Amino acid sequence: MNLNIKAQEQNTYDAIVIGSGVSGGWAAKELTEKGLKVLMLDRGKKLEHVKDYDTATKDPWEFTHRGRITIEQRETHPYLKRDYPYSEHNEKFWIKDIDSPYKEEKRFDWYRPDIVGGKSIMWGRQSYRLSDLDFEANLKDGIAVDWPIRYKDIAPWYDYVERFAGISGQAEGLPQLPDGQFMPPMPMNCVEEEVKKKIEANFKGRIMTIGRVANITKPLPGRTACQFRNLCSRGCPFGAYFSTQSSTLPAAVATGNLTLRPDSIVNSIIYDEQKGKATGVRVIDKHSKEMTEYYAKIIFVNGSTLGTTFVLMNSISNRFPNGLGNDSGVLGKYLMDHHFRTGASGKVEGFDDKYYFGRRANGIYIPRYRNVGSDKRDYLRGFGYQGGASRSGWQRGIAEMGVGKDFKQQITEPGTWTMGLGGFGECLPYEQNMVTLDNSLKDAWGQPVLKFDAEFKENEMKMRKDMMNDAAEMLEAAGAKDVSTYDGGSFPGMAIHEMGTARMGRDPKTSILNGWNQVHAVKNVFVTDGACMTSASCVNPSLTYMALTARAADYAVKELKKGNI
Amino acid sequence: MNRRDAIKNVALLLGSAISASTLAALEGCKSSAPKNYALEAPETKSILAEIAETIIPETDTPGAKAAKVDEFIVLMMNDCYEQKDQQVLLDGLKKIDEASQQQYKKPFTELTAEEKTAVLTAVDKERVAYNKRENKQPEDGPHYFQLIKELTLLGYFTSEPGATKALRYVAVPGKYEGCIPYKEGEKAWAM
Repeated sequence: MNLNIKAQEQNTYDAIVIGSGVSGGWAAKELTEKGLKVLMLDRGKKLEHVKDYDTATKDPWEFTHRGRITIEQRETHPYLKRDYPYSEHNEKFWIKDIDSPYKEEKRFDWYRPDIVGGKSIMWGRQSYRLSDLDFEANLKDGIAVDWPIRYKDIAPWYDYVERFAGISGQAEGLPQLPDGQFMPPMPMNCVEEEVKKKIEANFKGRIMTIGRVANITKPLPGRTACQFRNLCSRGCPFGAYFSTQSSTLPAAVATGNLTLRPDSIVNSIIYDEQKGKATGVRVIDKHSKEMTEYYAKIIFVNGSTLGTTFVLMNSISNRFPNGLGNDSGVLGKYLMDHHFRTGASGKVEGFDDKYYFGRRANGIYIPRYRNVGSDKRDYLRGFGYQGGASRSGWQRGIAEMGVGKDFKQQITEPGTWTMGLGGFGECLPYEQNMVTLDNSLKDAWGQPVLKFDAEFKENEMKMRKDMMNDAAEMLEAAGAKDVSTYDGGSFPGMAIHEMGTARMGRDPKTSILNGWNQVHAVKNVFVTDGACMTSASCVNPSLTYMALTARAADYAVKELKKGNI
Repeated sequence: MNRRDAIKNVALLLGSAISASTLAALEGCKSSAPKNYALEAPETKSILAEIAETIIPETDTPGAKAAKVDEFIVLMMNDCYEQKDQQVLLDGLKKIDEASQQQYKKPFTELTAEEKTAVLTAVDKERVAYNKRENKQPEDGPHYFQLIKELTLLGYFTSEPGATKALRYVAVPGKYEGCIPYKEGEKAWAM
């Protein structure tokens, strides 16, 4: 008995954070800095900043397969093999798919990391604010439910996280894409400058700006400014982009209040029927497969949208037979992702005497202009473009005809300038787009798996036509030649912006979380990753998770001190 | 039968025990993907070396042979390509030899540089026509010269001699300049 009490004491913290990615790292930083003893759990392996980025400074020829993955890796990674992020350059950062299978009623690409830091190590780093165009959208359109917050509620928290994370970008004064606390913007190249001028001269309401990116252009404590290697997804030895390891983890560790436990698969949250609260979590050790319980007053669930959804669904009690906090029945529903992979590109002439130096880990951005102000389309919401201009390299030689000396000479020189624009479109929240728990299949740790049933629908398909045609129209207006459009098809999950399965809302009958990311029915549990999103906006979402997390942590600690949770 | 089993069988036939470390050394690669012996035959490597050198010859900068592109192609075909693609490549090498015999009464490896270039120029034309064919079917394989040319360029331009001598390689640029003058003849950046 005494032994049990002792073990329980040893495993007790003030707060538990499930997941150590973008939002989990922020939760750990904020809670530890406010004096709480925090246990941060991640199913991934330990990944020490700089020291464990073992491919970060390798030259191209040091990779056996020059970045490509092998047949054997394709066999063990049947989902990850579908797209480019999984490569020889950072192979060990990713999960071994076959240990963690999932079911697909319809194709869903779920790209999961297997490291402390989660996808904050491999993320695309584009960082944009949502605006009231987004927060008011559901209410105005009569779609799904209203966001319980507005821009003014989150704006100071955007300021707060941007100053710490370091976002470089250009202020533009647009209501639909609010400016932030920016570090100096990265430059555009000459062709991008030219295209920008012509787009802005030809299309009212459209602007082109440099990408707002979580790569710092001035040093921050312990971090060096971006070195323009463009090898971010291998982990940055300069700490030049925001990641858990470069930014939030050192801050949390410095408080002396953090315990980090890798290789810890959170199976479920323990709910105490008497107290009406969550009291801890059940954790499976990845290697020994043993289950251990940890206890805390507050639980932050930051397992990435779908990991979080799994944990909530798998947390069954008499009070919550359908998943923790799921009185409304919306848990797992309204799954969203951005749709993309459509746009246009064209050749730009007249700049053969111009080139660039360095590899900019960033592109340009054209903020949303559709269904903004007086613009009205035959679909709801809108899209933004990411893109850039560059001169072609030796790769063009693969498609072109030629062998021998002249061919070699030609392809070792830079080729024509090409400018490309690719849309990122908002996806509406549909009740039918859902993920459920499936007990007929188990993962390597005996847990049920997720089953996906989601698709892009008519609204997205109509929007894609604009995404493709507008891109071509703008490039043509900019004087590009041989403009060609593409639609490579987009499956949910591919953009790795999955969102919405435990949404925020004003009414406990139709949402899981309140305006503070707090589970309506379990006040000491907070969800601040993408699962909380009530609508998707069209901008890259991670910055919003950071801001919501810092805001929720502030609220949680205040409530804890008041004795409310 | 995979390579590991094959080596074990050879060891059994020889009547000798084979240590784990020897086995690992013979395998030469951690990958357990089946190895294709025809791909690793010396004749395969020598014709691939000549083909790659014809595509990217030595000039004032090193050629494909100096970058060991033949070894790279074999490694890539073994580790990263399905068996049917490996067969496409092997059959293609035969076709190149047959074309050489037909035109010059010699195997490809014994042709002069000009003759080699002539043979491969025709093959490359055929490849581009194949890539532009109508009625493409999902089960159609790649043209064999597509595999060879792609892996030759990848192998060469990502090799140390290719990246640092034929191109300009700057591991840590340290800054980005969006608009600098360029004079014809200056090399492109590697990567």
